[in-house]
Amino acid sequence: MNKSSRSVMTFKNGIHPVYHGKELSESAEIRTAPLLARYTVPLAQNAGKPPEVAVNAGDHVKKYQLIARASGFVSANLHSPVSGTIKGLIEVPGPMGVPAQAIEIIPDGLGEEEEPLPAMDWRTADPKALLERIAQCGLVGMGGASFPTHVKLSPPPDKKVDTLILNGAECEPFLTADHRLMLEDPESVLIGAAVMGRILGIGDRVFIGVEMNKIDAIHRLNEKAEEYGVKIIPLKVQYPQGSEKQLINAITGREVPAGGLPMDARCVVQNTGTAAAVTDAVLRGRPLVERVVTVTGSVVRTPGNWKLLIGTPVIEAVKLAGGVTEEPGKLILGGPMMGFAQKSFDVPVSKNTSGILLLPQDQAVNYRSGNCIRCGRCVQGCPMHLMPCAIAAAVESYRFDLAKKLHVMDCLECGACAYVCPAKRPLVQHNRRAKAEIRRQTAKK
Amino acid sequence: MLTTTLASVAVMGCLGLFLGLVIGFFAKLFKVASDSRGDLVTELLPGANCGGCAKAGCSDFAKSVVSGENPPGKCPVSSAEQVNAIARALGIDAGGGFKKRAVVRCGGDIHQVARRVNYNGVLDCVSAGLIAGGPKGCRYGCVGMGSCAAVCPFGAIEIVNNLAIVHPEICVGCGKCAAACPRGVIELVPIESTVHVYCNSPEKGPEKRKNCKVSCLGCRKCEKAFPEKFKVEGFLAHVRYDAEVLPTAGDVEAVKCPTGALLTASRHKEIETNDPEFSNE
Amino acid sequence: MDETSKNIPESDIKLPTGEKLVVSSSPHLSSPERTSKIMGRVLIALAFPAAAGIWYFGLRAAWVILLTTVFCVAAEAVWCKLAGKPVKATILDGSAAVTGVILALNLPPHVPFYVPLIGAVLAIWIGKQIFGGLGHNPFNPAVVARVGLLIALPAIMTTWPAPRGMGGTYPELKQFKTSVDAVTCATPLSIVGTLPKITGHDFYAESNFRKIDSPELIRKYFIGCKGGSIGETCIPAILLGAVLLVCFNLINWRVPICYAGTVAIITGVVNYFCPGVTPSPLFHLVTGGLMFAAVFMATDMVTCPITGTGCVIFAVGCGVLTSVIRIWGNYPEGVSFSILFMNALVPLIDRVSALRPFGHAPKKSGEAAK
Repeated sequence: MNKSSRSVMTFKNGIHPVYHGKELSESAEIRTAPLLARYTVPLAQNAGKPPEVAVNAGDHVKKYQLIARASGFVSANLHSPVSGTIKGLIEVPGPMGVPAQAIEIIPDGLGEEEEPLPAMDWRTADPKALLERIAQCGLVGMGGASFPTHVKLSPPPDKKVDTLILNGAECEPFLTADHRLMLEDPESVLIGAAVMGRILGIGDRVFIGVEMNKIDAIHRLNEKAEEYGVKIIPLKVQYPQGSEKQLINAITGREVPAGGLPMDARCVVQNTGTAAAVTDAVLRGRPLVERVVTVTGSVVRTPGNWKLLIGTPVIEAVKLAGGVTEEPGKLILGGPMMGFAQKSFDVPVSKNTSGILLLPQDQAVNYRSGNCIRCGRCVQGCPMHLMPCAIAAAVESYRFDLAKKLHVMDCLECGACAYVCPAKRPLVQHNRRAKAEIRRQTAKK
Repeated sequence: MLTTTLASVAVMGCLGLFLGLVIGFFAKLFKVASDSRGDLVTELLPGANCGGCAKAGCSDFAKSVVSGENPPGKCPVSSAEQVNAIARALGIDAGGGFKKRAVVRCGGDIHQVARRVNYNGVLDCVSAGLIAGGPKGCRYGCVGMGSCAAVCPFGAIEIVNNLAIVHPEICVGCGKCAAACPRGVIELVPIESTVHVYCNSPEKGPEKRKNCKVSCLGCRKCEKAFPEKFKVEGFLAHVRYDAEVLPTAGDVEAVKCPTGALLTASRHKEIETNDPEFSNE
Repeated sequence: MDETSKNIPESDIKLPTGEKLVVSSSPHLSSPERTSKIMGRVLIALAFPAAAGIWYFGLRAAWVILLTTVFCVAAEAVWCKLAGKPVKATILDGSAAVTGVILALNLPPHVPFYVPLIGAVLAIWIGKQIFGGLGHNPFNPAVVARVGLLIALPAIMTTWPAPRGMGGTYPELKQFKTSVDAVTCATPLSIVGTLPKITGHDFYAESNFRKIDSPELIRKYFIGCKGGSIGETCIPAILLGAVLLVCFNLINWRVPICYAGTVAIITGVVNYFCPGVTPSPLFHLVTGGLMFAAVFMATDMVTCPITGTGCVIFAVGCGVLTSVIRIWGNYPEGVSFSILFMNALVPLIDRVSALRPFGHAPKKSGEAAK
């Protein structure tokens, strides 16, 4: 249905943010950060169970050495980003505002590295071995949800998967990490896509969806795409184009059933950063210890993209970017639409930190809970075709049953509704509240 | 003219008569025998429909009393005389129930708690708690946005300086606030108790101290002085509400709590409502 | 860019302290849209019919508009003061001003000063604040006030001064001098009511309406040369406002189109089969308050359905009711009543027209969203 007369693919509804902010950092090449004095590697970096610590305080670790072992199937290994000494297990501010456990490592500057795992020829290797390698290297989804990659790549046998989509939409304003990665290292992304396609046993339906505002990245990817059997799909610039369900809908025309996973629509969606990490793991035998992070915002002196080691405290990343021009009013990990506001600059970079965004006090939204004037902009904008205004009204009067009937559980929390609301109502927070409440009630029963 | 008037009157009269007969007929036809004792008990109950008895409302509770499922004393709102009146009317035992009061075990008002973050969003405790753990530094204390006050059917909870305070003379102990509180700060305590530990944080003393000036440090002073009245679990002191003798105002003075987390209810209320200067010291 | 960051000496780097950090739920950006901006744009769109009204009816019309607006804002301020709501913030959202202007444009041009006063109290207090203020009112406040005034003060509300340029050109509209200085006239629609209606199948009966329903007269009606309320007469100005509103995404285009379309179709069908019953659809479109109501009153965000389908149902309902009242009712004009009636049905329409959420199987018929 989406392959009709329209030139670029997209989904229905959604919004078009006025200010993209990408120009701040989209032309800045990815730079490597110098070694810092201290790293705090958070333990729980994956959805599911956090891994178990495999080192003791005082131990000396090499770079790439395993420091925490996956504690189950839905869990991911954790490796040391530097060679140095384990100082111990400490509490750091977590990305969700709740203190989190982290392993503190003091680098010794020797740069000792663990022997890399043997390189594999992905075209001939056994898919099971490839999957094993991905699990070994501690890969998780680097877009935000940080679901362990090997879990996503092993769908249960009753679910047939025929499509792999790489999410290069990067629809969040300000973020340019994926853009730069696709531009500077397209081959890694393509190989990663092909490897994952091979693991899933699908050869011809591997797509990379890229929004049209990254036309240069689309060209770079297209140069080699055919060689790896990957198709590059240009997508309309529309938020939230990079949401799994919307991406699947835009590219395949399928709808993920309510409450279902992408595999229910016979699709698997992975992030482009994850694909590059897969290439690293398979071809170079290196686990995931670093990622590209956009450090940006109008108060940042020199916004740009950095390859940061996992565990880098955010304040150090800000220092790399030349500090700030004025005191920021908001620190956000991730993009401005779905990222989490932070209380402190001590929070470390983790595997799913795509951006560090510092907003000045007047640019950040000020929710005021004004009166809903039923303008319907939220309904027009909701990519899930819900009625956020009605849900918020239900939540404000504690009618969670009503909110459930209005399908609040399908909410993606993409923020399109609250973005367009002229009364600046905190619609997403209402939806979160309703979802938490309904989950609690269901759990009780 | 007169005929028109008469005709209208006649038509309306006939219509009224006919409809009245229809209603009467169906009322007889579908009559449900009701127990008049239930209505009597409902009348004797306070009619607050607070749900403190775990029934859907006062008439539901009345039914359960008549059927013998619950003793009249299960109603948390009724006074002893009211309960006895119901028991006499039905000729059954009044049944005991602890009369309870709610108490917010937190003294961290705006002056005492380190407000580590500025919060912007829905003014509701649960919603605020979902965003980075809420506005106050302490993650265990009262959020102070009044979710409890909103659900209290008796208006017994007041928010003063971002802290919920129960007015004990109004509170009947229905427990709605305790259920609404996302932090579990509100506890139902025996009505006779007057002394409480106004802290709910299980964190270590120094950690708490960073967040709040009036936290319980777990110094065990109270436990050492009156082991039968106080107990310290982890780093948090509790009043032994099940003790034979409950602590009194004199005990509080004797203990000399170093942070002032141990207080009588009246003193706590006085500090919070009347004397902001004191708490600001 | 690379250069600059290297050139910054370590001591020069200003690091944030995090003292001013605010936490809130995502999203952290918001569109520049504000309620006050929306209301401001509606006021701009309303300026076209208002200007046309002032041109046609003189400065007296401007006085009525100003008075009504001021009274509405004052009524809002008084209520907020009494109810302990923030006064300034409520006034500044501009909704009272919009209600005031819409109400004023619905009044005859020469009403005495107490009519705007009563109208403002009706609109703001009874029509809006009593339900909880902006966004909570089920009925369009301006329409509530207009209907209230129409019922309470029918004589004043149906006395129409003749507009500029009408002169004595068409005596069919029964001009006569009143005791006051103004020349009053009848609106084309009210004449329709006075003309003998011929029921049955007398196809020649259209001669009844010929006097007021000729192409030349319709052209006159269209540009605004007819009796009527301040804002409703000049159709081009209303259409200009409509274009503006649609461009600003302030109204759902389906409402005016479906409303006017429904009236045109129904009156067209009736006119075709029984020309003696009602004039041509073109006559219906350009006379009375239909166009103004379809563009500015039925489209009020608060009181019309949220989804596109809902808007279509709502507008068609308005159109049917308007046509029925115009053709068979006792009132010459049915726009206000029909909007009010359909406003009451909006919650139901919202239910029926709820969207199919993404990923849900299409609804089976009868299993409407709850």
